[in-house]
Amino acid sequence: MAAVAAFLILKAVPALSANKGNFFTAFGWDPEGTGIFGVAALAFGTLVSSLLALIIGVPVAVGVALFISQYAPRAIARPLAYVVDLLAAVPSVVFGLWGAIYLSPNLIPLSKFLNRYFGWIPIFGSTNQTYGKSILVAAVVLAVMVLPIVAAISREVFVQTPKEHMEGALALGATKWEMIRTAVLPYGRSGVVSAIVLGFGRAVGETIAVAMVLSSTYTINWHFLDPGGNTIAANIANRWGDATGAVSQGALIASGLVLFAITLVVNFGARVIIRRGKAKA
Amino acid sequence: MTTTVDDLSLARSSLARAKLPWWSPVVVAVGALLVTALIFLGASLHGYVSFILIAAVLYLLAQTFVSLAVEGWRHAKNRLMTSLMIVAMVLAVLPLVGVLGYTIAQGLGRFDSVFFTHSMRAVAESDPNGGAYHAIIGTLEQVGLATLISVPFGVMVAVYLVEYSVGRFGRVVSFFVDVMTGLPSIVAGLFILALWVLLLHQGFSGFAGSLALTILMLPTVVRSCEEMLKLVPVSLREASYALGVAKWLTVVRIVLPTALPGIVTGVMLAVARVMGETAPVLLTVFGNSAINTNPFSGPQASLPLFVFNEVGQSFDNAIHRAWSGALVLILIVLLLNLIARTVARFARVRG
Repeated sequence: MAAVAAFLILKAVPALSANKGNFFTAFGWDPEGTGIFGVAALAFGTLVSSLLALIIGVPVAVGVALFISQYAPRAIARPLAYVVDLLAAVPSVVFGLWGAIYLSPNLIPLSKFLNRYFGWIPIFGSTNQTYGKSILVAAVVLAVMVLPIVAAISREVFVQTPKEHMEGALALGATKWEMIRTAVLPYGRSGVVSAIVLGFGRAVGETIAVAMVLSSTYTINWHFLDPGGNTIAANIANRWGDATGAVSQGALIASGLVLFAITLVVNFGARVIIRRGKAKA
Repeated sequence: MTTTVDDLSLARSSLARAKLPWWSPVVVAVGALLVTALIFLGASLHGYVSFILIAAVLYLLAQTFVSLAVEGWRHAKNRLMTSLMIVAMVLAVLPLVGVLGYTIAQGLGRFDSVFFTHSMRAVAESDPNGGAYHAIIGTLEQVGLATLISVPFGVMVAVYLVEYSVGRFGRVVSFFVDVMTGLPSIVAGLFILALWVLLLHQGFSGFAGSLALTILMLPTVVRSCEEMLKLVPVSLREASYALGVAKWLTVVRIVLPTALPGIVTGVMLAVARVMGETAPVLLTVFGNSAINTNPFSGPQASLPLFVFNEVGQSFDNAIHRAWSGALVLILIVLLLNLIARTVARFARVRG
C-alpha cells in the first residue's frame, strides 16, 4: 500500500510543480498546451455519479437482499442469489458497451419525461434539450454494477439475524414487514452501511464503463440530464492515449493519486464499521 | 386504524380481522391491466415499457387501497412492501438479462472462424473482416502469468494468517488485505506504470499487465483461501499432531488438500474477475493490433482492451467486432464462474 502511494507521488510531483493552475480548483485538462489542469470538475463528476448510482442502486439492492433472505422459498432463493452474483461477474467493458450503445439512446425518453415534468428542479433541468451520454446514464450503469455487491453483503447480514428475534416479533402479532423492520433491519444496519460504503468505493474507482458512456467535458454541471461530465478514472483512460510527455503522464498519475486517497478513506471506513459490527455481535 | 368496520369483520372474532382471499391479487392485477388498456386506448399512448410501468403502479395502488379497506393499514403496508421487494428483484434481474441477451444478439454477427483466427494487423477499422486472435492470446497469457504469480503467493499468505500468525501483525496484515480488495483497478495500473514502466524503464509488455492484475488478484485469493482454511476442522489438525507429524507437513499434507476444492473455487472466481479488467491493461500493456506471443517484450493486445478500442471507432464493422469480443469475454468469464460454483458445490470441505 505504502509502495503504491510512494511511487504515485514520486511520478506526480514533477507534473504538479509544472502546473500553472491550481490542481484542486482548476477545471480544464491541458497539461501540454496551456499547462493548466485541475481535478475539481473530475472529482465533482466522480462523487456525483457515484452518489446517484447509490441512490438508484441501494434501495433495489436492499430489496433484493430482503427478498432472497426473507421472502423467497429456498428452492428459488438459491438460483436468485446465484443470478445476482453473476451480475457481479460481467466484465465492466461489457457494461460500458451496453451502456453506451443500448442504454444511452433508450434512456432519452426517460430524460425527456423527467425534464418536462420535473424540469423546475435544477438537477433535472436541461441547457439545450439534448440528451444522451449524460451523468444519469453513467449513474444507471454504475448502479447496476454496485447492486450485486450491496445485495450480496446485505443478504449475508440479514441471514444471520437471530431466529429468536424474528420469531419473537411474529409471535407478538407483527406482520412480516413489521418483523423485518423491527428485527431484521436493526440487526443488519451496520452490515448494510458498510456494504453501501464498499459499493461507493467500487463506483468511484470504476473506469472503463464510465469512460465509454460519458462524453468527456471539464465543467461542473448540475444538470444531470445534459450530455457530458467526467470522472477521475474515466479521464485517465480517455487521456492516456495522447499523454506522451512526462508532464501529461504525471498529471494523470496525480489525479490517480487523488482517486487512490478517496478510495482508501472509503474502504478504510467500511472495514472499520464491519470490524466493529463483528465485535458487537 | 380508523377504517370503517364493515360487515365482514363484524361477523368474525375481533382477534382475527378480515383477510383478503388468496385470489385477490389476481383479480386486482387483471383489473389494473384492463384499466391501463382503457387509458392507453383513451389517451392514445404507446410503448410497452410505459404500459408495464403504468399497470404496475396502478396494481400497487389498487392493492394497497383494497387491503387498507378490508384488512387495515398494517396489512396494507405489509402487502405493499412485499410487492415492492418483488419489483426490486425484477429490476435487478432485468439488466442481467438485458446485457446478456443484447450481447448475444449483437455478438453472434461476427462470431465466425475469421474472428478467431485473424488479428487486426493490416486491417482497416472500416473493413468487415479482422479478428481477435491476438487479443485472445494476449488475455490468456497475461491472466495466466498473473495467476501463476498470485496463487502461490496468495496461498502462502493465507496459510501464514490462519496457521502461524499470532497477535497484532497478523491482524494488521489481514486488515490491509481487506482494504486492498477495494483498490480501484486503474490505480493498480497506474502503480505498475509508475514503477515498472516509467521508473525502471521496462517498457510496455504483457508481463507489466500481469503484474498489475496480480495486485488486483492477490487480495481476493488471500481472502477466499483464508476462509477455506478456517473451515478445515481443528480435529483433523490435532489428529495429525497426535501422530507426531510436524506442523509444516500437517499444513501441506492435511490442511491444504482438505481445503483444495474451496481454494480452486476462489482462484477461479478471482481469475474471472481479473479477466475482464480493462483499465490496468490499458495503462501497462498498451495494446497492439498484431500478434505478439511473447508477453515479456513489446505491447500486446487483450480482449477487454480490444473491445474498448473497437468501440472508440465509429465504423459499424468495428462496433460489430466489439460486440463479438464482448461475447467471447462474457462466455469465458461465465464458464469460469460456472465451473467454480460446480466445484464448490460438489467438493465442500467435509468435517
